[in-house]
Amino acid sequence: MTPALEVSGLALTYPDGTEALRGVDLSVDRGERVALLGPNGAGKTSLLLALIGIVHPQRGTVRVGGLESGPDSLPEIRRRLGIVFQDPDDQLFMPTVSRDVAFGPANLGLDAEEVQRRSKAALEAVGMAAAGERAPHHLSGGEARRVAMATVLAMEPDVLVLDEPSSNLDPVGRRELADLLAGLPTTLLVVTHDLPFALALCGRSVILNGGVVAADGPTARLLADTELMATNRLELPYGFDPATIAGP
Amino acid sequence: MSGVHAHALHYHGHSPLHRLAPHVKLIALLGFVGAVVATPAEAVWAFGIHAAVLATAVGLAELPLGFFFRRLSIEIPFVVFALAMPFVGSGPDVMVGPLSLSVAGIWGAWNVLAKATLSVGASVVLSSTTEVADILAGFDRLRSPRILTAIAGFMIRYLEVVAGEVQRVRTAIAARLGDQRRLGEAAALASVSGTMFIRSYERGERVHHAMLARGYSGSMPRMGEEPATVRWVEAAAGLAVAWSVALTALLSS
Repeated sequence: MTPALEVSGLALTYPDGTEALRGVDLSVDRGERVALLGPNGAGKTSLLLALIGIVHPQRGTVRVGGLESGPDSLPEIRRRLGIVFQDPDDQLFMPTVSRDVAFGPANLGLDAEEVQRRSKAALEAVGMAAAGERAPHHLSGGEARRVAMATVLAMEPDVLVLDEPSSNLDPVGRRELADLLAGLPTTLLVVTHDLPFALALCGRSVILNGGVVAADGPTARLLADTELMATNRLELPYGFDPATIAGP
Repeated sequence: MSGVHAHALHYHGHSPLHRLAPHVKLIALLGFVGAVVATPAEAVWAFGIHAAVLATAVGLAELPLGFFFRRLSIEIPFVVFALAMPFVGSGPDVMVGPLSLSVAGIWGAWNVLAKATLSVGASVVLSSTTEVADILAGFDRLRSPRILTAIAGFMIRYLEVVAGEVQRVRTAIAARLGDQRRLGEAAALASVSGTMFIRSYERGERVHHAMLARGYSGSMPRMGEEPATVRWVEAAAGLAVAWSVALTALLSS
């Protein structure tokens, strides 16, 4: 079966000489939920931007559902792979929630009825159906995060990528988000520093450090490997023992 | 930060004017202002009828008079300017009590005062009965350049975000200044204005990334717009009164 996402030998150097990615290899199967872990500056955000061609890697390829990313295929790549960015204030830029959710589908050139149908379905999926006419800056942190997810879900992506989805959420909001994500049929790639969140949601984790994949395996096993964790500047919250928790 | 109302100018309500489609209101506003401006200053009776049309709109919108007049205070700079005109105008003078006032100046002041008040009043009716997002949608429907409405939309969307950032910086400054020294705070704020610019610029970059990620290709897409109540007849009635008055006044002057 074709993997949902396949990255091979991806290398990216910024104009100032910073080597953000130094040959990343990653394959995610359909329906899989994978956490992407790593310290600050590991290249996680660069990888996300490279996946949808916002920054241009010098080497390597990105394939989404078998389609190779390139200048001609970018619109379809961006349709297939949806990214929910970290700060909802960046993600939600239209005057109302409903117009924001409609932005993606409208860009796909769908007719008005289909745009409406998808916006409604996406807002319902995140439990925000009643918020359509509200202004994004009047939403609470948790609500904004849900709407930000709806803006991407409305494009009906095959792979959903989330950048730090649990940051700035209170514990209840964080658990509700995990429940919501666990219920989605989409392939998930979750970039996070929140290791318990990763363990609860994703059976598999990939550790990125220094622009390369440092480890790839079951989340519970990686988190239990104290040496691996220390080398990659990853640390579990005080008192948290992954061995005592049942994964997803 | 939470609440349902999108902006301070809006007066929440369900009046016929609140329900009227925004693009119809925009055309009605532009048409009314055009008629008011076209009316010669000497046709005082015509302004009376214009005022009656405006009063009807305020009544239909169910706006409290206190709210309406408070919003109207935005024209005070024009009022000050208008009141100065009789004193500085040239030409024949007339004695009003102890004051010698220019006749042309008085007409000029009346002209500015009447037209500004009626136009601002009509704008207040629009902004009080229409959410900002709907006003923008109205402009979109009138086929105004999409890039302009998009810029206006972004401005409104990020005004609060940037204001919030400035507020946090001010709090941080105040926390370290110890007491409320306005001058010290102003100096510190001026020195961080460059930082605020960079932050806003970077925010713009991230927003652009988020737009690209959702298929933005350089032009704003046409949204699936919901049908609003379009009642041209009622809007046209107000316009017809205003314009027939303006034309009659023009012809008879």
